[in-house]
Amino acid sequence: MKLAVAGPTGEHEAYVYTGGKPFDAALPAIVFVHGAMNDHSVWTLLARWFAHHGFGVLAVDLPGHSRSVGAPLASVESLADWLLALLDAAGVGKASFVGHSMGSLIALEAASRDPARATALAMIGTAYPMAVSPALLEAAHVDPFAAIDNVNVFSHSTSAAKPSYPGPGAWLHGGSRALMRRVQLAQRDANLFLTDFEACDRYRGGLEAAARITCPTTLVLGARDQMTTPKQSAQIALALRARTVSLPAGHALMTEAPELLLGALRAALADAAPT
Amino acid sequence: MPGSANPGFDTLALHAGAAPDPATGARAVPIHLTTSFVFESSEHAASLFNMERSGHVYSRISNPTNAVLEERVAALEGGVGAIATASGQAALHLAIATVAGAGSHIVASSALYGGSHNLLHYTLSRFGIATTFVKPGDHSAWRAAIRPETKLLFGETLGNPGLDVLDIPTVAEIAHDHDLPLLVDSTFTTPWLMKPFEHGADLLYHSATKFLSGHGTVIGGVLVDSGRFDWDRATERSGRFTELTRAYEGFHGMVFSEESTVGAFLLRARREGLRDFGACMSPHTAWLILQGIETLPLRMARHVENTRKVVAFLAGHEGVVSVGYPELETHPDHALARRLLPRGCGSVFSFDLRDSREQGRVFIEALKIFSHLANVGDCRSLVIHPASTTHFRMDDAALSRAGIGPGTIRLSIGLEDADDLIDDLKRALKAAAKA
Repeated sequence: MKLAVAGPTGEHEAYVYTGGKPFDAALPAIVFVHGAMNDHSVWTLLARWFAHHGFGVLAVDLPGHSRSVGAPLASVESLADWLLALLDAAGVGKASFVGHSMGSLIALEAASRDPARATALAMIGTAYPMAVSPALLEAAHVDPFAAIDNVNVFSHSTSAAKPSYPGPGAWLHGGSRALMRRVQLAQRDANLFLTDFEACDRYRGGLEAAARITCPTTLVLGARDQMTTPKQSAQIALALRARTVSLPAGHALMTEAPELLLGALRAALADAAPT
Repeated sequence: MPGSANPGFDTLALHAGAAPDPATGARAVPIHLTTSFVFESSEHAASLFNMERSGHVYSRISNPTNAVLEERVAALEGGVGAIATASGQAALHLAIATVAGAGSHIVASSALYGGSHNLLHYTLSRFGIATTFVKPGDHSAWRAAIRPETKLLFGETLGNPGLDVLDIPTVAEIAHDHDLPLLVDSTFTTPWLMKPFEHGADLLYHSATKFLSGHGTVIGGVLVDSGRFDWDRATERSGRFTELTRAYEGFHGMVFSEESTVGAFLLRARREGLRDFGACMSPHTAWLILQGIETLPLRMARHVENTRKVVAFLAGHEGVVSVGYPELETHPDHALARRLLPRGCGSVFSFDLRDSREQGRVFIEALKIFSHLANVGDCRSLVIHPASTTHFRMDDAALSRAGIGPGTIRLSIGLEDADDLIDDLKRALKAAAKA
């Protein structure tokens, strides 16, 4: 589904994956927000499951990522504004916010800007602050494709996650690398890797945002995550009074543990589920 | 296994896609000889069929043992995933059938394995898929042969029978200039000698019967996707590939390129091609090929080492007119081979005896270690004399057009002691000279 969404550089077309069913704004809505250098395709199994179990699903491509046009936005705050504008464009009032990594910060910030609008918040593979090493940012300046390879290694904790994502025979390291390279190559006017990772690094509003959140919140963490280690999420978990779920996976939880993550999200969004 | 750097080839050959079995603790990959997999509930069944959850349903479409093989080959090639098939021929057919149908067109190298040529020239043309064959080194011909209905370009990394080296960077550039993918048959080189995706190819397949298995025991194929070809962009620009970029009623109205930005091709190939054509691999076969892959780096190094010794011997023998191996400066693609195949040019090559068909026959029958049969890529050394076997109906003029002489001998060098192989050849050459 494509929507015209207003942003700081004007109105641009945004792509939203709806889980294999036409989006119905009358259903309980979930918005899935991908992380740095990713797109909606990291959510397709989860999106399809929730879309076929009574939810209206919006898995976005952030501006400048894959199918959503417009310049990439350089801060978590501006991405949160864009996300709320997208919900407006889709005719969605209340929604559950689900984000991974950078997307978890965007979900947090968006949910905090209009707390009554958020029915649930799930932050997957998260940390606050989400500091990025100066060496990685420097590498991104010099050679973003080398930086992609570096992030790809640290995002995975296994070479044999089963069942494979999105299906049998998929090599998770190869799929993740190819997606990041595709997203980077498609953005000809900006170093998207640098933009995304600097947005994570610079975000300072997490604790203030957490103080405004009123909906049930769940953190789903990878016990073997080397990008956003479980220890780095303790502060935000406390501020949010969040329920924390630890899964035996690395940072790429959607591809390393799709079944366990589905179970965790079903529990996290249970209060928002259709009756 | 994961550390701070990407695992190397040898590590991936042993570990990619496999971990100790969570149910039993078995360290080696179990053979899942089962047709089907029990659903936890009706809801679970529905979610598997609808691609809401990942898992196995029926072994024609996927199987846990096959999945390890698929992930391992994809890892070694630098791809996003793979599909194991009943044979290399089935892998080629699956690749073509996923993007082409009646009215489609292919541009292919003329230097192909005979089975591939038969499929393209005779069989697929009956189903409305036409092929134009071009000399692999004639770049203008590749470009000129492309039509609006062309769906892919296809060649072998090392072509039959003369080991023409496919200039993958150039042919890939021609393909991409026309919003087309390049498919290559990588059987002769394996990922240990060359990774075609690093040179620009988009899709590749192996006859895993050969070096990947390595022991001459099973028939199988593997089709691998690089995940690099942008099917949506190509559709926008050329109108092609709506098979992957528009809703497909044959599978839940799915738009494969929306479901997976980088894995659309494999999704359709599995969900349509493997499901409907059914040319799947037995899990037992997959397990045997996995056994082979675990030692692929060691075997390929030895294959190349032995081949170089045998090539040097033959090139200096008075009874041999020519040896067609790209590492020799006399080979027309020598410079290209040095650039694309620095680790070696494999272990399959042809040479020409000085004299007649009869001497070729005598030579073959005098060999004691080399096995006379129609295969390559075995750990045992193999030999065939095309003029008296695969091409025996052809007269000398027809043989010449196929790039084969009356005294052409094809060897596949195995892992025996190189000195023994040379002794065997020396004795057979002497016998041929007396014939």
